[in-house]
Amino acid sequence: MQLTNRSKVVSNKEMTLMERAYLPAIVKGMGITLSHLFKKKVTIQYPEVKRPIAPVYRGWHVLKRDEQGRENCTACGLCAVACPAEAITMTAAERKPGDENLYREEKYASVYEINMLRCIYCGLCEEACPKEAIFLTDRIVPSDMLRQNFIFGKDKLVEGTTADKRIDVGVRGGAHRKED
Amino acid sequence: MELVLIIKLILVVAVFAIALGIAAYSTYGERKIAAFFQDRLGPNRAGPFGLLQPLADGVKMIMKEEIIPAHADKTLFILGPALAMLTACMTGVVIPWGSTIEIGGAYYPLQITDINIGILYAFAVVSIGVYGVMIGGWASNNKYALLGALRASSQMISYELAMGLSIVALVMTTGELSIGEIVRQQHGWHWNVIYQPLGFLIFIVCAFAECNRTPFDLPECETELVGGYHTEYSSMKLGFYLFAEYINMFISSAIISALYFGGYNFPFMDSLGLSHNMVTTIGVFVFFAKVIFFIFFFMWIRWTLPRFRYDQLMNLGWKKMIPLAIINVLITGCVVLLLNKN
Ligand code: SF4
Ligand code: SF4
Repeated sequence: MQLTNRSKVVSNKEMTLMERAYLPAIVKGMGITLSHLFKKKVTIQYPEVKRPIAPVYRGWHVLKRDEQGRENCTACGLCAVACPAEAITMTAAERKPGDENLYREEKYASVYEINMLRCIYCGLCEEACPKEAIFLTDRIVPSDMLRQNFIFGKDKLVEGTTADKRIDVGVRGGAHRKED
Repeated sequence: MELVLIIKLILVVAVFAIALGIAAYSTYGERKIAAFFQDRLGPNRAGPFGLLQPLADGVKMIMKEEIIPAHADKTLFILGPALAMLTACMTGVVIPWGSTIEIGGAYYPLQITDINIGILYAFAVVSIGVYGVMIGGWASNNKYALLGALRASSQMISYELAMGLSIVALVMTTGELSIGEIVRQQHGWHWNVIYQPLGFLIFIVCAFAECNRTPFDLPECETELVGGYHTEYSSMKLGFYLFAEYINMFISSAIISALYFGGYNFPFMDSLGLSHNMVTTIGVFVFFAKVIFFIFFFMWIRWTLPRFRYDQLMNLGWKKMIPLAIINVLITGCVVLLLNKN
């Protein structure tokens, strides 16, 4: 089977004087490297230019709110159980009277943390969630100097309430809704 | 008399600054060229086109933690990089950077000193350079560093022989040991590379070996020896070693251009009808263009060829380079004799 037309037959026969002189081969090699000097560069200038990513890309999680701006998560812990990397920790709290506009269920997560260094971006938390609270988005987690900054709390996970602060989960949200 | 001293002083400072500047920008050039050869872009974030990268590297080197291993010989450990740097900077004095400049009827050469054994001086100083590597590797008290130092010294000795022999042939054709005089003889396009092509080839291969550049960078080969002789070094001491390599590269390029490629001479330099000082100025630029080309050549080779195995290196040095150099000396000798008879 031939995959490309670039294959070369290798043989172990005695080298000719020309080949043993070594210099012609060096000159040929230098020609190859020199031609690369003028080739188009493959580098993508990351923060300014981004490589196109698939619609199902799994990146930085978002904790969704419902239409009225209330947090969906009820701190059931199913995502933490499902997580193969044990990246999710949370503390549950009971909703106080008067907080109905903040949390959709009577129980909510007062602390919700994902360790982004442990996370393998498998998306199992999203699959496990019964409340459509957690989704993975196409946002790439930014780099940082300190490990502790990679433990993302609710400040970095929960989306905003106003329309412009909402985070679109694209086809992932739609796919879930169909299953329900 | 005083004017001579002032000019010499200016020259010393200028050569020193230029050597350091070019070495600093060779590190940038090296990374850029490596990147281009590999279809990448290279450093381009520090300043426009990444031009401030050498500065950033320097700051990084200085800010790093300075570690002297507990079992290292402290004096020698510090002496190593100091010696490497010192010898790297010393060779520049015998290189003629340009022809003469005319000030008020008197001519002053653009060469710090034209000692009559310039070539020997350059080689002596370059050979001392290997002590920097050896002392550093020995003082580190680390087997990888020691192995690197051993390799460096045996490699230097092997290739210095062939290099010396190629120079012998050159000395036979020119009849001179002073670099200034050799360059003057190559007036116009009478470059020595035309008379000594084989000698030039041997010389440049040996220059690669002397500078510890790929394909002869065995003293610091990362794949086998961690970092070679500078395994234990950190901070600016490591910086000095790396920097000395680039200065050596610059000086080697300068010596190659001076000995074989006519130095500051360029074709048709007399027929342009320019004033003496003008020709000299152009000559200086021509010289630096040649030097920069050879620095590029060093990098070009580095990113083309893989490293030799150690036995291959020794085979090449002793069984190919030295016989070739001797044959070259013989042929040159015969030709010189025949020509002188007539
Ligand atoms: S994506 Fe996977 S690894 Fe990451 S938090 Fe969710 S379940 Fe855990
Ligand atoms: S994100 Fe979903 S699965 Fe996880 S605790 Fe909240 S509601 Fe439960």
